[in-house]
Amino acid sequence: MTVILDPTDEAVPVSRQITPRSGQVSGVVGLMDIRKPRGDVLLDELERLLGERMPDIEVRRYAKPTFTKPCPDDLRAQMKAECDFVVEGLAD
Amino acid sequence: MAELPGFELRDLDDAPRAFPAAKPSLICFVKEDCETCNLAAPVLEAFAKTYGEAANIWMISQTRDGSLVLKDRHGLTLPILDDSDLKISFAYGFDIVPALYWCPDGRTPDTQCEGFVKTEWQGVDRDMASTLNCTATAIDWDTLPDWRPGCGSKHLDPEILDRLMADAEDSPIRARKIEIASADDVAEFMFDQGFSDGLPLVPPTPERVMRMLSGTSRSPKEVIAQMPPNMGEASIEKIAINAVMAGCKPEYLPVVIAAIEAICTDAFNVHGVMATTMGASPVIVVNGPIRERLGMNSGLMALGTGNRANATIGRAVRLAVRNIGGAKPGGTDRSTLGSPMKFTMCFAEREGRSPWAPLHVERGFKATDSVVTVFAMTSGPVHIVDQESRAPDEIAGTLGLGLESMFLPKYHMMPVDALLVVCPEHIDTLMRDGEYDKDRLRDRIQDVTRRPLRDMVADEVSGAGMTRAAAAKLDDAQLDNLVPKFAKREHIHIVVAGSDAGKFSSAYHGWVTGPMGSQSVSRKIEET
Repeated sequence: MTVILDPTDEAVPVSRQITPRSGQVSGVVGLMDIRKPRGDVLLDELERLLGERMPDIEVRRYAKPTFTKPCPDDLRAQMKAECDFVVEGLAD
Repeated sequence: MAELPGFELRDLDDAPRAFPAAKPSLICFVKEDCETCNLAAPVLEAFAKTYGEAANIWMISQTRDGSLVLKDRHGLTLPILDDSDLKISFAYGFDIVPALYWCPDGRTPDTQCEGFVKTEWQGVDRDMASTLNCTATAIDWDTLPDWRPGCGSKHLDPEILDRLMADAEDSPIRARKIEIASADDVAEFMFDQGFSDGLPLVPPTPERVMRMLSGTSRSPKEVIAQMPPNMGEASIEKIAINAVMAGCKPEYLPVVIAAIEAICTDAFNVHGVMATTMGASPVIVVNGPIRERLGMNSGLMALGTGNRANATIGRAVRLAVRNIGGAKPGGTDRSTLGSPMKFTMCFAEREGRSPWAPLHVERGFKATDSVVTVFAMTSGPVHIVDQESRAPDEIAGTLGLGLESMFLPKYHMMPVDALLVVCPEHIDTLMRDGEYDKDRLRDRIQDVTRRPLRDMVADEVSGAGMTRAAAAKLDDAQLDNLVPKFAKREHIHIVVAGSDAGKFSSAYHGWVTGPMGSQSVSRKIEET
């Protein structure tokens, strides 16, 4: 991690780039289980609800090897290549 | 003696070791690649074997890999603690390793020594023996040298010390710290945040900013200006951050500070300079001895690329206006076209090649002062080419005709500044028959640009200038009046720069000059 010092007058919060929101869900939705306890329960339910309400989308499931460590680069790259949206279950 | 700083460090088994401790404690900071530390390591091991039950005998290693090397090399069994981030070494503040502290009460040093002085270490051995009611260590002291100097502590390496100082509790760093994840690209992140003028930036890490601040003795907290348009507080620290991003060396910082003081005056009016659709920007001229010390360019390519000081001082000022002042294109920087001067425009006057008093002396400073002068200019450098003139008045006339193009050749009696940069070959022609002072040059410029007022009236060629209605109220005699380019000759500022070869002078054209617009400002550079 690199730390830099803010060159501005600090009148506004530091902004992080997020992908523009389209207002619609379509294509492939990835559900990411970070392997915290009961994350799978939440994501199972989410998958069921998505299937009911948005039958046209495809749901794919992913899981990190362990919640204690950052997502492996290849898994992150795989999700980026395969998904239009990703929902991640954080904390337990 | 005062109590030592507390710590909790991990040993090689990852077990925590805390200080102050309940037991008498001997701690010794070492660095693996220090010969004296390697001399001391077996002695410490012998201490541990003798007193290890009754006291903490701890070695604190300044490198992670070095801990294992020392252990294997000397067959050490005593606890080796990891201070590879050097925060504890920094907190203790010693200069030399090995640095030994004997604390009979587990918190306050009875003895402390740096390097290896045999009599001191023997004294510590005796103190430990008596405090702990043990027999002194079985060391053959005769085989050890009387004295070895030790090595500089690793925390004093310049790069590391800057980081430690920046992170310390009493650090001068006050700016918000922005953490950039290791997966993110720092350069891209800074572009995304809008910090950049469009070119890559040097990441302003706390270490770099600390080094930049070493270029001035002024307090990082000192606010030198409320910078328009957002009236952001231009502290020395914020200026240093922008100077780092621009690529400045620490010794350039005083020039950047002086230039920012100059542009943030009511007279210069950086708010208007930035906001105008005409697209003005500060042109910074540096005079005095600092030009040489910083290696600034006043000769070949002085107004162009290739010199770090010229390029980065001007850029630092512009980045500060953008980031501290908040003047961004499309926000309050609203130039129709802008100009490359909005990236950077700073150069030094070639005083040694000038027949005149340098700009700063002309403006009331001593020759030995170092001074920045800022001009709000909308265009330039605009070349004035004359390879044929051989007489002083001819070349002076050429410079006048060149300046007549300012804004529009048709416009005259302009209450607007121009900055004329005369090249050495044109100077030589000007001076060939003897002294030709600046005012004579200014008068010549005014003389050769005098045109009848009727030439300034809007016509079918150009609708600019005096309206036909206004002209209709004047009689022929009035319309035949000759009027010069500039409302006053004082609008013509003159400096010398450029290489010895080439008959090409240049000019910067101003913006709205005066209290309603911008006036040039000079500031002495405080070098301490």
